[in-house]
Amino acid sequence: MTIDNAESEGQGVAAEAVIAQPGKEPRHIWRMVAIWLVLSAVLDPLFYILVGPHVPPGTMTSAAKDNQFDFNILLVAALPVFLAVWVYLAYSAVVWRASRKGAPEPVGGAQARTHLGVQVGWIVTTTVIVLGLFAFGTVEVITKAGSGGGEGPNPIWTPTSATILPVQVIAQQWKFTYRYPTFGGFESQQLIVPNNTTIAFHVTSLDVIHGFWAYELSIKADANPQQDNVAYATTRQTGSVTVRCEELCGLWHGAMFNYGKVVSKAAFMAWAKSTEAGTAANTKLLPPFAYTYVPDANGSDGGYYPDNVDPYSNSEVYGAKPAAS
Amino acid sequence: MTVTAERETEVVYPDPTPPVLGGFQGLPQRPGWLSQHLGTAAIGAVLGYLLGHWLGNVVASGYTNIADSGVNAVAITGGLLLGVFGWLLGIGALNYPLAKMVGLELRPDYESTSWTRYLRYTVDHKVVGLQYVIGVLAFLFTGGLLAMGIRTELLSPSSHLFGPGTYIAIVSEHGTIMMMMATSVIVGPLGNWLVPLMIGARRTAFPRVEAFSFWIFTAGYLVILSALFYGGFPTGWTGYAPLQTQAGGGMMSYLVGFAVIGLGMMAAGFNLAVTIINYRAPGMTWSRIPIFVWSILATCALLTLATPTLVAAGFFGILDHTAQTAFFVTEHGGSSFLWENLFWFFGHPEVYIMALPGFGIVFEILPVFTRKPLFAYKVAAAGMVGVALLSFFVWQHHLFQSGINPDMRPLFMLTTELISIPTGFIYLVGLGTLYKAKIKFEVPMLFALALFFNFLIGGITGVFLSDVPVNVTVHGSFFVLAHFHYTIMGGLIFAFFGGLYYWLPKMTGKTMNKKLGQIHFWIMFIFFNLTFFPMFLIGLLGQPRRVFEYAQNLQALNDFSSVSAFILGASFLVFVANFVWSIFIKPTPAPANPWDSLGLEWQTPTPVPYYNFERIPVVLSDPYHYSEENAPAVADLGEEGVLVAAGASSPASVAEDPRPPAQ
Repeated sequence: MTIDNAESEGQGVAAEAVIAQPGKEPRHIWRMVAIWLVLSAVLDPLFYILVGPHVPPGTMTSAAKDNQFDFNILLVAALPVFLAVWVYLAYSAVVWRASRKGAPEPVGGAQARTHLGVQVGWIVTTTVIVLGLFAFGTVEVITKAGSGGGEGPNPIWTPTSATILPVQVIAQQWKFTYRYPTFGGFESQQLIVPNNTTIAFHVTSLDVIHGFWAYELSIKADANPQQDNVAYATTRQTGSVTVRCEELCGLWHGAMFNYGKVVSKAAFMAWAKSTEAGTAANTKLLPPFAYTYVPDANGSDGGYYPDNVDPYSNSEVYGAKPAAS
Repeated sequence: MTVTAERETEVVYPDPTPPVLGGFQGLPQRPGWLSQHLGTAAIGAVLGYLLGHWLGNVVASGYTNIADSGVNAVAITGGLLLGVFGWLLGIGALNYPLAKMVGLELRPDYESTSWTRYLRYTVDHKVVGLQYVIGVLAFLFTGGLLAMGIRTELLSPSSHLFGPGTYIAIVSEHGTIMMMMATSVIVGPLGNWLVPLMIGARRTAFPRVEAFSFWIFTAGYLVILSALFYGGFPTGWTGYAPLQTQAGGGMMSYLVGFAVIGLGMMAAGFNLAVTIINYRAPGMTWSRIPIFVWSILATCALLTLATPTLVAAGFFGILDHTAQTAFFVTEHGGSSFLWENLFWFFGHPEVYIMALPGFGIVFEILPVFTRKPLFAYKVAAAGMVGVALLSFFVWQHHLFQSGINPDMRPLFMLTTELISIPTGFIYLVGLGTLYKAKIKFEVPMLFALALFFNFLIGGITGVFLSDVPVNVTVHGSFFVLAHFHYTIMGGLIFAFFGGLYYWLPKMTGKTMNKKLGQIHFWIMFIFFNLTFFPMFLIGLLGQPRRVFEYAQNLQALNDFSSVSAFILGASFLVFVANFVWSIFIKPTPAPANPWDSLGLEWQTPTPVPYYNFERIPVVLSDPYHYSEENAPAVADLGEEGVLVAAGASSPASVAEDPRPPAQ
């Protein structure tokens, strides 16, 4: 191949075409597409059917089920992208390797040039995928009441359920406790929630930032001092729940976990009523229920005071219908 | 058929003997023992530390809170700051401004050829580059050792090697050291060493700023290590604020350390950005600068624009600790969200500070070992600039569940996912360059291809994380950890080692052992994946980051990951052995252009002379014309030393060069 450097690239293409003998040159791109199509067509459904149902966080709540679905959709969308790049890389490494000996030959001709159509196609494809994923994620987060993520003190994506059980999660170094405002505001060391119920978790902290992660419920909300962070989930199955702290909160962060339960409604009512009665004396010693608490700045009695009073609202009284107005 | 720079350069330099060790004009030449080097820097640091600590005690030991807590943050801050000052004074970084202040001139600082110049404050960008190589490797291996400690602790879910305080100190130190190191890992060594050569300049724009950036970087390394001396700090590299305010003396090392490193980052970025904009050789147009220079320019924009936020946030933190302000103290009117937002406003551009130079390196390596031009050069440059721009608009995706109002969540999901479009350009360019190529699997090429494998996993799991609903499952878990190790280690660190294997022959004049390089690569690649891929599963199965206790059923996966991590750690010993063997023990001289590259930096003789180019070259084309035999010359290096492209039997004529010769 002796093409004068000053000559136009058109001649280069012509010479390349003669030398490359187009009849013998395999159609690399079509081969790769074929491999990719077969692999994607096999692996995508296989993953969705076999792996999908086992993808965390399971199906214990609506939020968990939705997030599992979202994860699987992303997985199904991502797998062909992985495969496309891997097939291409593997194919190039096998087919287009240089001979081990001799000085490297320049690669000339058409394959050395930048193809405008490929660039445009690539950019359009990635843009379409990205915008599609964005639209999907946005619809999911808005219609699924925030998908179990903490929405701050003023949630805008709320569940439609008429009755919502509020449960306050109080994080402190290094444990979680739970208060049930609709049952006199008693405090429990264990998270117990009823099945088939929409629950609003009001997450707050007494000291540093913690992260409330009720794994099976698919609830994740940071606990900030003097901040109410609300997350919703509707329970669908009974079972046990692992609660872990997922924001680094100091020395015993690694040991900041406990276990909770989703129980039947009847069992929950029985537990809540008896606990409310049984701990009434303790509840009196606690600061009155509030969405956030602030440490007593003077340190006179080392207590915590409610940051804002009047946390109750009719619609949040468990078991009661919302007020007419 | 090789590219040669056979021309013997006969450049007349000032006689380097006897070495002139700086000093002031008009004053007697100082004796050798008074010369400034690493040792005097250490002495300066110790004296400065003692002075600052003493001052802090004098000023603040009477404060109630200090008397109560027994931790004098004022003294520690003062000690660290004056220690850094003493370090800079001792190394001679402040000689020039101080001399100017008292109306003295410095003696001209000729380059000494002694190896001791690597222990000194020197303004040669090539010496600074090699100093950075050693510096970032020390950083990297320190952080790596700490990672070994973490993985050892995680061998068992419930029995512990370390106490919780030690463990959290190790985790925090590992994260902070690695993040600090990674901001400079390519810009420092390869950026400083290569950029002037690649753009045809004799030096960077501000050589003293360049040297300052290295020496303050080393000071930052010492400052962050000093945290261990104060019992560590419990916040991880993110330093979230109410916990930060609560923490003891080690926190001051974190805050001061990040401020100090931040100064170095800004200095390095500013210097290289100005160099790239103003010091390009004639003919080195924006469409001809090597793609690595584009990546460094984009990175420098991030370094100079994002880092001030971190320094400001660190300043707030220092004030909270020392002057009892309440920026982050909620019950006194501060906000726990302030630090989170300030930190991530810096922190997210920072992760692209870590990604972009890696892309630049692989794009330099790919054309050489495929013998093809870079596919879609402009798209590659646009991708880097696009990533750099978008990176300022994504920071709240770290805070999806933090308790901020949710209104903006779809927007940040959109911007985050949009970043995958310019990142996709990187793949378009990489894969396009491989198309019908003649791939030669030299060691640098292996590392470059590994980046495309690893970064794909890191990048696509990033899309999972950007999706608000899925983020609820994976945020704060080992999934995130695996994701960013895949992007930073799988991308940046692989590219860094690829770059080292590629450019060390030019930088040191010695050939790295190929066999050991291959062994290093394969161990590192396989066990990197075996270490971090299980972490995606561990995270999905519910293990939060930075914990020392985890569910019993995750032990098998964690142990698998730990054992792989130990072997991954050992792979770096192969590199160290290779480095020491090939460069110090049995050095084999490297040819001037061992890879037959067209890059301007390869057309210089080895070792590269002090002033790089005898005459400023006139650049005639971009350096990726690998496809053409008898390609036009990349640059006119002056006299008979006309650069020729691959395959040319005789130097191409520069007669048709329309540009006037360089001045």
